[in-house]
Order: sequence, then C-alpha cells, then structure tokens
Amino acid sequence: MYAQMIASEATTEDPQKLAEFQARIDADIKVEPRDWMPQGYRKTLIRQIGQHAHSEIVGQLPEGNWITRAPTLERKMILLAKVQDEAGHGLYLYAAAETLGVSRDELTEMLLDGRMKYSSIFNYPTLNWADIGAVGWLVDGAAIMNQVPLQRTSYGPYSRAMIRICKEESFHQRQGFDIMMKMAQGTDAQKKMAQDALNRLWYPSLMMFGPSDADSVHSTQNMAWKIKMNTNDELRQKFVDQTVPQAEFLGLTIPDEHLTWNEAKGGYDYSDPDWTEFFEVLKGNGPCNADRMEARNKAWDDGAWVRDGLMAHAEKKRAAQTAAQ
Amino acid sequence: MSKEWPLWEIFIRGQHGLSHRHVGSLHAPDAEMAIKNARDVYTRRNEGVSIWVVEANNIAASSPSDKGPLYEPSESKVYRHPTFYDIPDDVGHM
Repeated sequence: MYAQMIASEATTEDPQKLAEFQARIDADIKVEPRDWMPQGYRKTLIRQIGQHAHSEIVGQLPEGNWITRAPTLERKMILLAKVQDEAGHGLYLYAAAETLGVSRDELTEMLLDGRMKYSSIFNYPTLNWADIGAVGWLVDGAAIMNQVPLQRTSYGPYSRAMIRICKEESFHQRQGFDIMMKMAQGTDAQKKMAQDALNRLWYPSLMMFGPSDADSVHSTQNMAWKIKMNTNDELRQKFVDQTVPQAEFLGLTIPDEHLTWNEAKGGYDYSDPDWTEFFEVLKGNGPCNADRMEARNKAWDDGAWVRDGLMAHAEKKRAAQTAAQ
Repeated sequence: MSKEWPLWEIFIRGQHGLSHRHVGSLHAPDAEMAIKNARDVYTRRNEGVSIWVVEANNIAASSPSDKGPLYEPSESKVYRHPTFYDIPDDVGHM
C-alpha cells in the first residue's frame, strides 16, 4: 500500500547479470546493501521504502490531533505511546532506505516539495474521538495486512524493518479495536460516533491497498523481483474478509449495501471505492493534503536552527576533545 | 541545506544476552544524543541492558564478492571440528 502507484523502473543492464540476480531472487536469497542490483530495483525500492517512511511520519498528524483531547488519561497515554511508535517506524524505514544510497534529509526534502508521496489515508481528517479507534482498527489493520507479507520481501533491510514494525503494529490495531468496543457498547451518542467513524474511514481504508489489479500496470515487475508479494486486490479481499466479522461483533454496519457473503469464493463481495476520489487524493486534492504538507514544512523550517545548533555544538565538543588529547 | 546529522549504528545487549547485537541505525549530532535516541527507539520494551553506538563511518565491511575467497578454505578443514575424531565408546563421555 505504500507502493500506491509506484511505477517499477525500466532497467537496461547486462542480461547475464540480470539473470543471475533473478535467480537469487527466485531462490529466496535476500538482497543485501552491498550486493549488485539492477538500477530499476534500487530506484523502485528507494521510492517504496521512502514513501513508507513518509507515511509513518505524516501518519502521526491525524492521530496527534487528538492527543490533547483524549477522553481519559489512560487513553491519552496509550495514544502518546502509539504516536511515539510511529516515529520509531519512520526511523527504521529511513534507515533501510539509506542502505540503498540515498540520505534521510534528501528523502525528507523530496516529501516536502511534493516529489515523493505518502499513503493516501493520512489525507483524511480525524473529526471525533472514535476516529482514533477506527484508525487503529482499520488503518493499522490494513497496514498489518500489507506488512506481514512484506516481512518476506526480497530486500534484506526492508524485510527486517517489517519484522520489527509488525510486532508493534499489532499493539496499535488492538488498542484501536478496544476504543471501538468501548464506543460501540457505550451510550447511544457514543455508538453513533463509532458508526460515523466507520462510515467515513471504510472506503479510504480500502483505498490503502492501491488501485484495482486491472488498473495497476506496475505490479508485474515488482512481483517478479519479490518487492511486492501479493496483488492489491488479493490483500484488499483479505482485509474485507477479516474486518466484516469484526464490525458485526461491534454491532456496527459496513457502509456498503452491496456487501454479501459469496459462498463460492469463500469471501465477501464488496463495492469498490470511488477511484476518481483516490486519484484526486494522490494528486494532492484530498481533504487534508495541503494541511499535512504545511505542518511538515513548518516543522522542518522552524526546526532548522535547532538542528544546526546541535550540530555546531557537537562539532565544538569534538574539537575540544581532540585538542585535549 | 544545512549539514546532515551523521549516521550511527546501534548495538544492544539483551537482558540475558551474551553479546551486543546490531539492532539498527539512527541519525544524531553526537554520541550522547545517539545513545539517548537509541534508548527511546530500541529499548522501549525492555529489549536490553547495554547500548553501544558507533558512527557508521568508522565501520569497515567485507565485500559480498569476497565471499568465496574469504570463507571457502575453511570448508576443507573438517579436522577443526570436534566431531571429526572417532573416540571409542569404551572411553565414555568426552
């Protein structure tokens, strides 16, 4: 899902080297930073891991929006811990991307000037407290669906980052579901808020898996290189099948009148999200795109003097140490 | 653009671990901040009791293309393994 619309890059290397590389991929040997790899593989991964990292960072904003307004102290502490985890996930992922020969600041600048994207989901607003529950339950649920197979992705540093992240992600999904349970079993007003959160976040969550396979021209090469392990539609189907019974448990209704169990395929039939809306959000025209980028740019610009100050202090200390030796 | 903070590699020894293990990397202006950040990022759930940080510049690594010449010779030296030797059963446990 962090590969929403990432084109795989054309590659024009020596056919023999490419064949050897493919043979290693097929034998499930992990690619490591100092191994030879096709330029297209390297570029695709920089974009995918970079955008995955950006998503963790921008994803702190919709949830951070409710930290000061969390309804109980316990919920507030949990939310703080979760947002702190997201920062850590961004860190692991930037470190993985850097092993491909790009620097974290370069990636950040590409995000800030719009050359790189982040997951479409974080362009939706969090309008009530139940949204924080729905984000944990649905958004982190979709993230896990996507990240569990990525633990077997062909690039070693990316796969190891995923293993680490998946452990923490399941904490996030559970805390979200816990909020939803409380709200759905609460007063009428609370239940209404929970249903409203599900209504607004259901389709944006389905969009996280990227466009339908019919429209996704980029998957073939990425699947062959095992950068991507499953198609968008496979993962989306799995997500729907897992989530519908959870909604039923909560006594909430999925906002899709065509949702029906299909005995023959052993899964649910569901309506596709509005793909026009999806492409508009990716282009920067979603409800919060401008706000999110403005917040990130402001933090980066306003923080410049702090970063420079710490660096100047470190250099001064190092110089003093060297002089003393 | 201002100067980028250097990259640090982080090693952590677990509660009952015998040795420090590489767990990841991070950017920090100096060693002190690197340790503080490593503490927050890598030991938030009781992962360890000791942290080493090393600036990535200071690490030299073997090259993947050396794999053959570096490791192959040891495969022909089975006599380095204790299981190479036949000790009569009568001798008992050794």
